[in-house]
Amino acid sequence: MKTSNILKNGLINENAIFVQLIGMCSVLAVSTTAINSIAMGISVIAVLTCSNIFISLLRKVIPDEIRIPVFVIIIATFVTIVDMFLNAYAPDIYSALGIFIPLIVVNCLILARAEAFAYTNGVVASAIDGIGMGLGYTFAITILGIVREILGSGSVFGISLFPESFQPAGIFVAAPGAFILLGILIGIFRTILKKTQAATN
Amino acid sequence: MGNIFIILVSTIFINNYVFARFLGICPFLGVSSKMDTATGMGVAVTFVTTLASVVTFIIQKYILDIFEIQYLQTIVFILVIASLVQFVEMAIKKMSPTLYNALGVYLPLITTNCIVLGVAILNIQEGYNLIETIASSVGASLGFFLALVLMAGLREKLELADIPEALKGFPITLIATGLMSIAFAGFAGLV
Repeated sequence: MKTSNILKNGLINENAIFVQLIGMCSVLAVSTTAINSIAMGISVIAVLTCSNIFISLLRKVIPDEIRIPVFVIIIATFVTIVDMFLNAYAPDIYSALGIFIPLIVVNCLILARAEAFAYTNGVVASAIDGIGMGLGYTFAITILGIVREILGSGSVFGISLFPESFQPAGIFVAAPGAFILLGILIGIFRTILKKTQAATN
Repeated sequence: MGNIFIILVSTIFINNYVFARFLGICPFLGVSSKMDTATGMGVAVTFVTTLASVVTFIIQKYILDIFEIQYLQTIVFILVIASLVQFVEMAIKKMSPTLYNALGVYLPLITTNCIVLGVAILNIQEGYNLIETIASSVGASLGFFLALVLMAGLREKLELADIPEALKGFPITLIATGLMSIAFAGFAGLV
């Protein structure tokens, strides 16, 4: 597979959130502001790329029967590194993301890529797949974060957009708004994807 | 005693793990399409979460804290949960084949259910003692069970509804979840 194909696959055609619908917990929980979304996206890219490279390197050594526990330990190691790194250098983001950093371990997206791609493909391809899938995740969570921040707090990246008389709808930064907006975004993404695919055919 | 009751009510209704804390969304969306699978998954999750919380609590108190290696928490907890799930699967298979037939397919899925790891970590962060840990994990999994069963009932009806093409399947489920989440927000201030 060509590099651009793998990237495009992760970003659009097999977008983890909008198409495959995996790894949703952190997307819903963390996307209250655009900054938090991007921080979460970068953490996932880091863990996903590193674990993909590592699993791909070790794929000939890992026994087939215990591959899932081995994957989980490798992923948990990188998650711990990211966790400590954020705690030391970005304490604000660390407390905003909270429990969802350790929970990257059980993000189905990362385990799914390990099982479906890294375990059967070469190191370079796995690294690119990790970056592509991670970017797709970041793309989805950032869009959701921006929409939620505009509707729920009237700002983007902390910069206020509206005059003071504007009343933001608090429900969009609360839990219900996350579910409803993500549902609508998936619907929009599906429609666009279908239209572009019909156009290329 | 009052304390335990507050923890139970708060984890089942007010801070419901699915509707308010966004944990366990993947299995929630995955197995909530039929009532009987939802019940099976709910029972399995309740069992594993409670067991895992107790075991991780003991490990945290008597191993990680004593040797001051709390930074290994994530790795140790996920290992414990993964092996526990494996062990429970083998035990049930041996002891009760009927139960295994009912729950067997859900057990491997539970390792990647973030509720199990999430509850274990949150219990430690909240500084609960053993009894409170048990109460909070039972409450968390009952809350998940409740969400799953409610959603399954709703989705069986949704299948017959006339929905725009783009929203069919998961998007409409998410929107319905959002509406249920609004209803659950009504419990806020109960305790």
